[in-house]
Amino acid sequence: MSKKAKPKLAMYWAASCGGCEIAVLNIHEKLLVVDEIFDVVFWPVAVDFKYDDVRNFPDGHIDLCLFNGAIRSSENEEIAQLLRQKSKVLVAFGSCAYEGCIPALANLTSKNAIFDTVFQGSLSTSNPEGVIPQTETTVPEGELHIPEFYPAVRSLDQVVNVDYTIPGCPPEPHQIWAVLEAVVAALTQGAELPPAGSVIGAGDLAVCDECELEQDEKQIERFYRPYEVVPEAGKCLLDQGLVCLGAATRSGCGALCPQVGIGCRGCYGPMEGVEDQGARILSALASVISVGEPSDSEAELEKILEEAIETIADPAGTFYRFSMAKAILPRAIVSVNGSKGADE
Amino acid sequence: MKRISIDPITRLEGHAKIEILLDEGGNVDNTYFQVPELRGFEQFCVGRPAEEMPRITNRICGVCPEAHHMASTKTLDALFGIEPTSAVKKIREMFYCSFYVTDHTTHFYALGGPDFVMGPEAPPAERNILGVIHKVGVETGKQVIACRQRNHHLIQVLGGRGVHPVAGIPGGWSRAISEDERKEFLEIAKQNVDFATFSLKLFDEIVLSNSDYVDLILSNAYTQQIYYMGTVDENNLVNFYDGKIRVVDPDGDEFVKYEAKDYAEHIEEHVEPWTYLKFPYLKNVGWKGFVGGKDSGVYAATPLSRLNASKGMATPLAQEYFERMYTILGSKKINGTYQPIHHTLAAHWARLIELLYAAERMQELLEDEEICDPNVRPIVQNTPTEGIGSVEAPRGTLTHHYRTDEKGILTMVNLIVGTTNNYAPISMSINSAARELIKAGTVVTEGLLNKIEMAFRSYDPCFGCATHSLPGQMPLKVYVRDHEGELVDVLSQFC
Repeated sequence: MSKKAKPKLAMYWAASCGGCEIAVLNIHEKLLVVDEIFDVVFWPVAVDFKYDDVRNFPDGHIDLCLFNGAIRSSENEEIAQLLRQKSKVLVAFGSCAYEGCIPALANLTSKNAIFDTVFQGSLSTSNPEGVIPQTETTVPEGELHIPEFYPAVRSLDQVVNVDYTIPGCPPEPHQIWAVLEAVVAALTQGAELPPAGSVIGAGDLAVCDECELEQDEKQIERFYRPYEVVPEAGKCLLDQGLVCLGAATRSGCGALCPQVGIGCRGCYGPMEGVEDQGARILSALASVISVGEPSDSEAELEKILEEAIETIADPAGTFYRFSMAKAILPRAIVSVNGSKGADE
Repeated sequence: MKRISIDPITRLEGHAKIEILLDEGGNVDNTYFQVPELRGFEQFCVGRPAEEMPRITNRICGVCPEAHHMASTKTLDALFGIEPTSAVKKIREMFYCSFYVTDHTTHFYALGGPDFVMGPEAPPAERNILGVIHKVGVETGKQVIACRQRNHHLIQVLGGRGVHPVAGIPGGWSRAISEDERKEFLEIAKQNVDFATFSLKLFDEIVLSNSDYVDLILSNAYTQQIYYMGTVDENNLVNFYDGKIRVVDPDGDEFVKYEAKDYAEHIEEHVEPWTYLKFPYLKNVGWKGFVGGKDSGVYAATPLSRLNASKGMATPLAQEYFERMYTILGSKKINGTYQPIHHTLAAHWARLIELLYAAERMQELLEDEEICDPNVRPIVQNTPTEGIGSVEAPRGTLTHHYRTDEKGILTMVNLIVGTTNNYAPISMSINSAARELIKAGTVVTEGLLNKIEMAFRSYDPCFGCATHSLPGQMPLKVYVRDHEGELVDVLSQFC
C-alpha cells in the first residue's frame, strides 16, 4: 500500500472514562500494525491535532472516526457535530456513545441535584459563599469560560447520525481488532462494509449463548444480593438466584464476568432488534421465577412474581445500568420527578 | 495585554485548558488551569445498591479502574463490617501491584519518558512513544508492550475483565487463585522485576548521565515547597493497598498520620467558579489560595509525594534505588529520614522506583502459598450503615465514603479522587513554569509549549487517562491574542 492510500483514522472521547482508549491499547502488538495501516489524523489523547485542524479538513476527510463517550456538555455536542461533518464513517464506540453507559445513570437525577451535592452538600466541601461553577466568570485578569453542563446525558445517535455501533464497556480488544481489519479490507480491497446502522464488533446472540456455566433452567423463589450466597462453581448464576443479565444482553464479550462469579451487568447492550434493554431484562428475569402451582389464580401468580422481583435491589439502576440514555421507561420517571429528560 | 489560551489539553478524562494572562509589560499576570467536565457520581450513585459500587465507580476512570474498584471494595469491607482474611488481602494487593506495573510502565514510556529520551526540545513529531522506540530500539518497545500484555492478562483472569474488573465483593474476592495460576503469576512478577530494573538503568543512562536534564530537574520552574501525602505501613514504608495516610510538611516533619476513616477531619475541598473540579487542601492548615509553604494547606499526592511522606520502600531493590535518588538529588538524611525532594520532575524517577517496588511486592505475595486459599467469598450478614476506604491510586490517595439504609441502598457518597488531590499543585506548577518561561518580549515557541506541558506531565495527570496513549503527545496549541481578543499568532507543536 502506498503512503497516500492510507485510510485516515480519528478517535475521540466525549464524556467518558478513558477505558475505551485503554481497550484500544490492549490490542497490544497489533498497535504497531494500526500505525502502519492507518494515518491517524485526529486522536487528542495521542497525537497533536486540534479542533481547528479538524475544522479545516474538507468534509468527509476522515475515513473512520471512532467516537467514544456520551454527550454531557455543550463541548461534547459541538465536537460530535464537527466530527460527523468531517467523517465518512462515524462509529459510536463503546457503551457511553451507544447508550449513555454509567454516566447516564445521572438521568435518574437532575443537574441541580448534582451541582448541589458536588459543590455544596458534600461533607468534605467547604463552600461558605455558595460558589457554583459558571460557564462564564470574570476574574481580575479577564474572562474565563467553561462548557455548559446539560440537564441530561445523551447518546451519540441522539445528537448526530451514526453509521455503526461497537458495544461494550469497554469493547473487548479482539472485537476492536476484528472491526479495524474489516474496515481496512473494505477501504483498500473493496470488501463490503456491513449494512449502515449495524451493530458491529459483537455477536447476534445473547451472552448466555457464549457462557460456559452450566444451565439447568431452574426456577427460583427470589433473587439474592451477591454477598448473600456463595454460588456453586461452574453453575449458572441466575439459576442460583443471582442477578445476571446475560439472557437479555448481546453476545460478543465472551461472557467474562460470569466466569469469575459475578453476574452480567449488561454492558454490551440490547440484543439485535430490541429497543429497550431494561424491559427485555425484566421479562428475562421474570421467566425464571417459580410461579407456584398450576391451580394458582392469576392474581396469586402476579403476587408471586411481584414479590420475587421486589427482591431485586434498585431495578431501574440495574436494568438500565448501561442504557439509561436510551431507556423509554425511566425517562418518563425522570420527567415525573421534575427534572429534565433527555428529550427536553 | 495579551492572553495565551492553551486549548484543549486532552490528557484529561475529557478536556482542559490553560489560560495565561499577561500584563501590560508582557509578563505573566496569572494562569488558570480549567477542568471543564463533571459527571456527578456522588449524586447519581445515591439509590444504587452499595455492593455494585466497585463495578460502577471504576467507570470514573478507565485508565485506573483497578484503583476505584479496590477503594470501593475496601469501603464495602468497612460498610458491611467484614474483615477480609489474610489470603483475600494478599490476592487483592497482588492484583493491585500488577495493575501498578502496567500503569507506571505506560506513563514512563509513552508520556513522561519521551521528554527525556528524545529531549524536551526535540522535534515534536519525534517526541512520543514511537520516537522512543526508534531511539532505544524496537526490542525495548516490544518489552514495553509485553509488560502491559502480561499484566493485563493477569488482571483479566483474576478480575474478570482487562478494563473495568468486576471481582471485588464485601470482605472478599469473587474467585480464588489456583496453584497453577500462582506459578504462572509468579513468573509474571519475576519478569516485572527484571523489566523495572532495566527501566531504572535506562533512566540512569538517559537522564542522569545528562547534566542538562539534571539541571532542568533542579531548576526553579519545576520546584515548589508544599505538603506531601502518601499511605504507609506500620514502619512508615510506602504501601499502595493499605495502611495509614501520612502527611509531611515541606521540611519533612510529620504533620499528621490518620486512618482513612478519619479523612473528613483532615481534608476539605475548595470551590472556584471557573472550573468544575474542586481543590482539596489540608483542613487543619486551611485554604490560603494557590501558594506553597507551611502556612498553606496545599498538598500533593504523587509518586514523589508518597516517597517524601515515607521513610522508604518495603522491598530491598526498591529501597536501594530510593536511597540513590535522595542522595543524588542532594537530600539530607536527618534522624534516619531523607528530607523531601521539592523538584516535581523527579516524580518520573520516583514512579520507576515504585514500579520496581510493585514488582517485588507482587513476587513476595505470590511466593506465599496462602494466596491459593480457596475460601475467598464470605457470606455477609451484618446490616450496613457507613463505610470509608482508601488506597493509593497511582496518581494519589483515593478515598471512597458511603452511607446506606439498612438494605444497603446508598444514601450518601463522597469521593476524593487521586488526581483531584493534585489540582492545586498542578495549577501552581503551571503558573511557576509559565512565569519562569514567559517574560516580556519572550517569543513563544514549540519548545516553550513542551516545557509548560512538562510542568504537569510529571504529575501523570489522569486527568490524562490519556496517560496511556500510543504516541503520548500532549496536544497543545497556543493562541496568542491581543487584549481585544484578536488572534495574533497560533503555535502548535507540529511545525
